[in-house]
Amino acid sequence: MDTNWIAIGNIADIPLRGARCVKTPQGRIAVFRTAENEAFAIEDHCPHKGGPLSQGIVHAKAVTCPLHNWVISLETGKALGADEGAVKTIPLRNEDGALFIALESLMMAAE
Amino acid sequence: MTEKLVIIGNGMAPGRMLEHLLEKAPGRYEVTIFNAEPRVNYDRIMLSPVLSGEKDYEQIIIHGDGWYIKHGITLYKGHRIVAIDRDAKTVTSDHGVTESYDRLVIATGSVPFILPVPGNNLPGVITYRDLDDVQAMLLAAQSREKAVVIGGGLLGLEAAAGLAGRGMDVTVLHVMPTLMDRQLDPAAGYLLQKELEGRGIKVVCKANTKAIVGKGRVEGIELEDGRVIPATLVVMAVGIRPSVGLAKEAGLAVNRGIVVDHGMQTSDGSIWALGECAEVGGMVYGLVAPLYEMARVAAAHLAGDPSAAFVHSDTPTKLKVTGIELFSLGDFADGDDREEIVLRDASAGVYKRLVLKDNRIIGTVLYGETADGAWFNDLKKKATDISEMRETLIFGQAYQGGGPLDPMAAVVALPDDAEICGCNGVCKGRIVSAITEKGLTSLDDVRAHTKASASCGSCTGLVEQLMTLTLGDAYNPAAVQPICGCTDLGHDDVRRLIKAKKLKTIPAVMQELEWKTSCGCAKCRPALNYYLVCDWPDEYADDYQSRFINERVHANIQKDGTYSVVPRMWGGVTNASELRAIADVVDKFEIPLVKVTGGQRIDLLGIEKEDLPAVWADLGKAGFISGQAYAKGLRTVKTCVGSDWCRFGTQDSTGLGIRIEKFMWGSWTPAKLKMAVSGCPRNCAEATCKDIGVVCVDSGFEIHFAGAAGLDIKGTEVLGLVRTEDEALEHIVALTQMYREQARYLERIYKWAKRVGLDEIRRQIMGDADRRKAYFDRFVFSQKFAQVDPWSERVSGKDKHEFRPMATIGYGQAAE
Repeated sequence: MDTNWIAIGNIADIPLRGARCVKTPQGRIAVFRTAENEAFAIEDHCPHKGGPLSQGIVHAKAVTCPLHNWVISLETGKALGADEGAVKTIPLRNEDGALFIALESLMMAAE
Repeated sequence: MTEKLVIIGNGMAPGRMLEHLLEKAPGRYEVTIFNAEPRVNYDRIMLSPVLSGEKDYEQIIIHGDGWYIKHGITLYKGHRIVAIDRDAKTVTSDHGVTESYDRLVIATGSVPFILPVPGNNLPGVITYRDLDDVQAMLLAAQSREKAVVIGGGLLGLEAAAGLAGRGMDVTVLHVMPTLMDRQLDPAAGYLLQKELEGRGIKVVCKANTKAIVGKGRVEGIELEDGRVIPATLVVMAVGIRPSVGLAKEAGLAVNRGIVVDHGMQTSDGSIWALGECAEVGGMVYGLVAPLYEMARVAAAHLAGDPSAAFVHSDTPTKLKVTGIELFSLGDFADGDDREEIVLRDASAGVYKRLVLKDNRIIGTVLYGETADGAWFNDLKKKATDISEMRETLIFGQAYQGGGPLDPMAAVVALPDDAEICGCNGVCKGRIVSAITEKGLTSLDDVRAHTKASASCGSCTGLVEQLMTLTLGDAYNPAAVQPICGCTDLGHDDVRRLIKAKKLKTIPAVMQELEWKTSCGCAKCRPALNYYLVCDWPDEYADDYQSRFINERVHANIQKDGTYSVVPRMWGGVTNASELRAIADVVDKFEIPLVKVTGGQRIDLLGIEKEDLPAVWADLGKAGFISGQAYAKGLRTVKTCVGSDWCRFGTQDSTGLGIRIEKFMWGSWTPAKLKMAVSGCPRNCAEATCKDIGVVCVDSGFEIHFAGAAGLDIKGTEVLGLVRTEDEALEHIVALTQMYREQARYLERIYKWAKRVGLDEIRRQIMGDADRRKAYFDRFVFSQKFAQVDPWSERVSGKDKHEFRPMATIGYGQAAE
């Protein structure tokens, strides 16, 4: 089955060590750009109290939630350190800076 | 009956001698000291760190005033002895004090050698000898102009590095072909020169100074070859001479120094001499280790032990310039009867050379990596035959006897009598036994009890390893709480190093201070960003990605991800048109909650992030700017109505509050800063629980600080009373700047004040007008860059990406 990749913009639209969000009918997705210029997408919803992860401070491949300082791995979506919990990671493709994400539920909706 | 002991000079040698004497023969003498310098005994070898900014004067005091009082010692500060009458057994000071002695100790030290060239007495030509010299250099460095240091030896280079670190354009003139030629061979001298040049210090070797030129004050240096090097400051560091004039006039035997026997006694049976002014066995000394040895011997004799004798030993040399590792010991001249082992690693900038004679080390030069210096010193001292380990000797101790060892191995392997602290001659065994017998657990304890690492500090690493070795897990070297897991350094060290090493970006801090993570974490990055904003207001580019979301988008995030907005209301005063504008904004954006804050302004809660710029645009049209209710910075200045309205008011508290807020808004501080001004002691503005508060009284303005009314509740402390509004503003601003420069990130003013001491703050802000003015000026300078309304910037389009989604997807596609 072909994955439906949806263009969301260019990596240059996101500040280094920063994030922006993408609005979808299923909720907000946070798209991150690390210092090493890698991009990751995860749900914009901290597993702790639902804080907007896209507003946190980005360091290495992790983000610290602005509400209560949980640290979430951008690669796995899992909480790091002593905390337990995870957010959904979203498949992301980076073609020379052009970013695409794949959303299962969106594909369902499109059918 | 107690005997009278008089000491001329109050440097490190007599200070140490007294410590020994008080231990060995307490109460035997009634001690009087005459110090030509107007201060207590301080650690002269730490002057370079003071110059570079890594330490301040208070940190290098060895004996504070209390020490003299505790031991019943009379200290005449600023008294220079002008005559010794050996027949009457008295000394007389330049202020006319005459004191009789049973025993006299001369410790007049040395005087810097002044080149006999024309112009050597021009204003702007100084030496490098005591704290006054350092202060003169610091003053000169403020101009950021050109300095010339004559002399490329130990002192000269430390002065040069310090001045360069303070922003001066520095040239070092050295008469020999390579730097530090008395301690280094040409190869190491070359590496050192390269390193200094890499730091922007110009080095001219084989430079013969012909004259110092200038009209009325120094303007430059003329060399024999005709070159003229411009300079507004000339530091002469070409050597020292024992200060023997007084002894000579008194008729004591004087050669190069005051001649003493191996018990430090002069040609007069009642007079001893020690320190740099003394000549023992035909040698005079300038490094601290042999001077301390003299102190030990002299103390023993004064305590009645005639067996102690001074024995010459070579002292290793180290350069106290941060980042330069250099070690030199013994004799390293070439010779037919000598062999050498050399290791070079060009890319790492490492050079090691051992000079051997009859299979024994007689000299060592290490550059770039000096950890094995203590071991080589030990081998040399004991004249160990090294033929067995010759193949691997140069690689150091860890490579002897088999495979790679853990980092502690070198310390484990050291014998008990191996010297760890060269300055104070403390060996491993003494440190270990002090730790176990006295139950020492901190580095400061070990310093206090053994003196190890208490002088130049370069053996601190070794001492800490010994503590780990002796105490195991019970020793926690990080008694200083590191900022976070990314570093072992605490906030204070990081702040000091940012200034000392002139680090001006977050990557530079992380690289130079060896951060353990690639780009920090949510704890250290905001702290570093604040320190850099505070220290380099004009040069540092604020890193918004290292700011907490509230400071990044200039609003307060709420639990549901919406934001609240608080416009500034100067001194809590508003009017109908402002209130109308707020009401219109509330209606237009359907803001769910409007709330009056504790800081006398209005909070609009529940605004969607995307709406923020539009909300600000409307508020801006009504004249509002950001209230910075989200900032680690100046928040509100709360006021009461004061003398304009209140029948009890003594001053215009509202006006002063507004004036303070207009002067100080926009400034970033280590933690939030809330202020208040009350018009009378009834204190309706609750100024006495604020970070900084003012209580107006008839006679002026009582300035308060260090209050708290949050997690902790604490009434303020009084800083002092000033007469005028202008003075009140100056004092408050200076206090704020002192706090900005010294506190740790997120440390409220009351915690900082507790840490540094209320008296110290009062001394600097109330008692020292020059310092207060300097703080004030630095605050004013930084405000030039800080007083930009962040809301109007964003209304004009700054950081657009923050307020818009990157994309909105799914809706359109789903419909198709």
